[in-house]
Amino acid sequence: MGRRLTFDIFRYNPSVPGSTPRIQTFQLEETPGMNLFVALTRLREEQDPSLKFDFVCRMALCGSCGMLINGRPRLACKTFTRDLPAQINLFPLPVFKLLGDLSVDTGTWFRNLALKTGAWLHTSRAFEHDAREERMDNETALRIYEAERCIECGCCLAACAKVHLQKEFIGAAGINRLVRFMLDPRDERGVAQYFEVLGSENGIYGCMGLMGCEDNCPKDLPLQLQLAYIRRRLAATGVSRSQTRQGKG
Amino acid sequence: MSSYRIHVTDALIIGAGLAGERTAIELAARGLEAVILSLVPPRRSHSTAAQGGLQAALGNCAQGRGDSPDVHFKDTVKGADWGCDQNVVRLFVNTAPAAVRQTARWGVPWSRITAGKRRMPDLSVVEESEASAGLITAKKFAGTTKWRTCYAAEGTGHALQYALDGMVLSLGVTVHDRIEAIALIHDGRRCLGAVARCLRTGDLRAYLARATVIATGGCGRIYGLSTNSVINEGTGLFLALDTGLACLGNMEAVQFHPKTMPPTWIPVSEGGGGYILDRNLDYFMPYYQPKNKKVPYRDVIARHMQERIRAGLGVDGPHGPHLWLDIRHLGATHIERHLQNLAVFCRDFGGIDPVRELIPVRPAQHYVMGGVRTNIDGAVYGLEGLFAVGEAACWDLHGFNRLGGNSLAETIVAGMVVGRKVAEFALGHSLQYSSRLVGEHLAAQEYRLRSLIAGKNGCENCYELKKRMQRIMMEYVGIFRTGTGLRKAMAELQELHQRAQQVRLVSNSRGANPELEAALRLPGMVRLALCITCGALARTESRGSHYREDFPNRDDINWLNRTLAYWPPGAELPVLKYEPVTITELPPGERTASA
Ligand SMILES: Cc1cc2nc3c(=O)[nH]c(=O)nc-3n(C[C@H](O)[C@H](O)[C@H](O)COP(=O)(O)OP(=O)(O)OC[C@H]3O[C@@H](n4cnc5c(N)ncnc54)[C@H](O)[C@@H]3O)c2cc1C
Ligand code: SF4
Ligand code: SF4
Repeated sequence: MGRRLTFDIFRYNPSVPGSTPRIQTFQLEETPGMNLFVALTRLREEQDPSLKFDFVCRMALCGSCGMLINGRPRLACKTFTRDLPAQINLFPLPVFKLLGDLSVDTGTWFRNLALKTGAWLHTSRAFEHDAREERMDNETALRIYEAERCIECGCCLAACAKVHLQKEFIGAAGINRLVRFMLDPRDERGVAQYFEVLGSENGIYGCMGLMGCEDNCPKDLPLQLQLAYIRRRLAATGVSRSQTRQGKG
Repeated sequence: MSSYRIHVTDALIIGAGLAGERTAIELAARGLEAVILSLVPPRRSHSTAAQGGLQAALGNCAQGRGDSPDVHFKDTVKGADWGCDQNVVRLFVNTAPAAVRQTARWGVPWSRITAGKRRMPDLSVVEESEASAGLITAKKFAGTTKWRTCYAAEGTGHALQYALDGMVLSLGVTVHDRIEAIALIHDGRRCLGAVARCLRTGDLRAYLARATVIATGGCGRIYGLSTNSVINEGTGLFLALDTGLACLGNMEAVQFHPKTMPPTWIPVSEGGGGYILDRNLDYFMPYYQPKNKKVPYRDVIARHMQERIRAGLGVDGPHGPHLWLDIRHLGATHIERHLQNLAVFCRDFGGIDPVRELIPVRPAQHYVMGGVRTNIDGAVYGLEGLFAVGEAACWDLHGFNRLGGNSLAETIVAGMVVGRKVAEFALGHSLQYSSRLVGEHLAAQEYRLRSLIAGKNGCENCYELKKRMQRIMMEYVGIFRTGTGLRKAMAELQELHQRAQQVRLVSNSRGANPELEAALRLPGMVRLALCITCGALARTESRGSHYREDFPNRDDINWLNRTLAYWPPGAELPVLKYEPVTITELPPGERTASA
């Protein structure tokens, strides 16, 4: 017989007039190998079918299921109940718009970020159908991939004190996404162009170096390394922070 | 009708996975306005979870030398057990290399060739030349003669999806996420768009377009055990089916992944270097050995494993019987370096250390070869202006068994090829509709919603019925099929189909409500289950993944054809029709796995 788990779950459905935030308590018997994907699915199917949360891939690849699990931003799909006490408190991630219960709109946040920062490969060159691909050494490909593999779950943002204070700060995930393109020799943007996006209080200078991001990234992205890379790259260009401030007025 | 939002666009694309986004890019590049709908933000689509890689005959790496679209063609047709359309296969293999290279231009960090020698797990040595250094590399996948599977480190689907989504953003394509298409709008001849429901607010709206594209992915979640994302419920398939005009092709062709891990059935692939053991720790698949280079087709491995479990030689686990996958002999270094994904999955989702422990595995549903039947242009049979691409479609590249790596490649090839055809159609046809017709379609959906919410339909529990359907499919319509079992499944599903329309919601909120969404999808899912079951019952032969114990041989005289399932309005069962399979280059022969 497994433990009897108690779940205290934040409930609120903004799309229903008159709904008010509350905590609902559920009980569930723990089963072998249970993770929070299994547990929440069972709670919905067996106890309260209106319970809202987001799972897609259930294998830590799609980034849908970030939530506060006993106060920490985590992916629910890769959290075993056996690593938690019998009392489990679930809250939606802060920072993002609440859609209902544990479901938040990380998708819109990241979409806006991508639009704001131009987070796609900028190239002016047309594709030639019959030409062989350009070469790239594998080291470079792997370095790009190391930054590319962020799944935009938002855990790092939820853990970042600065994001809470400053809504426009693009956070470690935003900076990491731009590093991905800076590392890519196929991208035609120069440092000056990146600087326009990154060289401000909403970019790299917004970061206070508190490390909340890296400690909470479920994909173990080397976020501090990437933040340091940007600082170095920008410093090396000789464009100082005060200059850009003046330049931008 | 005035109270509903109506969006008018050139092309409506239902689905933001790789197939949908690649199609949208093609349209936008041709100056058309496209709107993409998705249940989830595009980057969370199922495609991002495909890690393995995709097949394209670039022939760059040493083990891929001599590869060509011709070799890829043969592998695909054999893998399909000749059930595919060879014109489509030809188009696909010829286009795949360019389609992959194009995604390199869009930013996919494809893994590249490094010159020098490399020792493989079987101790053989592979040497890459200086001349090929820096080109896109490839690895081995089951069922391929050459190393042809291109990959981006450990996350091919992710890298592709992010690159394509970046292009979608840069081209200014509109994406409406958390919107579910729940019915197609048509006038009996031409498709005019779709009625959709907002999953944030619960509101209904209509999208009207000159051309509509179904790119909604697979329907794995009809089965109780599936590797698919939880949103893969086949909505796009029954949207088409429910018009009574379009049809589904080869729905009985369902692929099972041999090795998935409880409790959430995540596939664990070790690339053929492991042993499969039963409860007595017996290596019961002598050919499935690291020394033997012939890795059999997926359907063959899955059958052997299931047979062992059925013979009572499975291990009793808390989540049902399973077998073991043993990779301990490969050693910590190899596992951590070359089988990173597997190691991570074992630890994060199985709580297992694969370096020291055995991994519990059993087969689970993985891929549907069937889908909305289209011609080689992606144009859906029976409804003008409607197209389908990707896993949701059956233009019939895969026949009765898909080769691993061919479906990601299919998404980008089909997106490119079909996208062009959609553009041509949209440019050549104006949008003509009557507001009465649109109003009727909206009203019909509004009525469905209202009756569900009002609890007037009956008193069935949606999740109980869904689980029942999933159990029936696992038990009778899985890896092994028999006439008796399939007839039983058919009868039970037919009863379920009635009951699925008598659901009463336990919850009562009208806005965003997961139970309501599930209840809306359920009858359509049962219809898909019936299409699979009836197709499998009628097909009295075994071909690829479709295995009839009572008809264990392939029967080219009677069954070298494609099943087409129609659902006339109000019918209780699908109507099955058949059409011949196109054979152009490779006549049916023996199906042996490649070296
Ligand atoms: C675990 C796993 C691993 C795999 N690995 C590989 C691999 O290594 N190589 C390979 O070739 N293949 C692999 N496959 C198969 C491959 O991932 C899929 O076939 C492919 O990604 C399908 O892409 P798609 O664009 O057709 O659909 P999907 O990526 O599933 O996208 C479907 C889209 O449709 C949307 N949608 C669905 N219904 C509606 C609706 N009613 N209204 C609005 N939007 C809707 C969804 O939100 C989603 O955006 C794997 C499959 C699994 C399950
Ligand atoms: S280091 Fe601290 S301030 Fe900087 S992004 Fe990470 S959490 Fe935020
Ligand atoms: S950096 Fe890590 S925590 Fe932040 S969004 Fe990406 S994957 Fe999530």
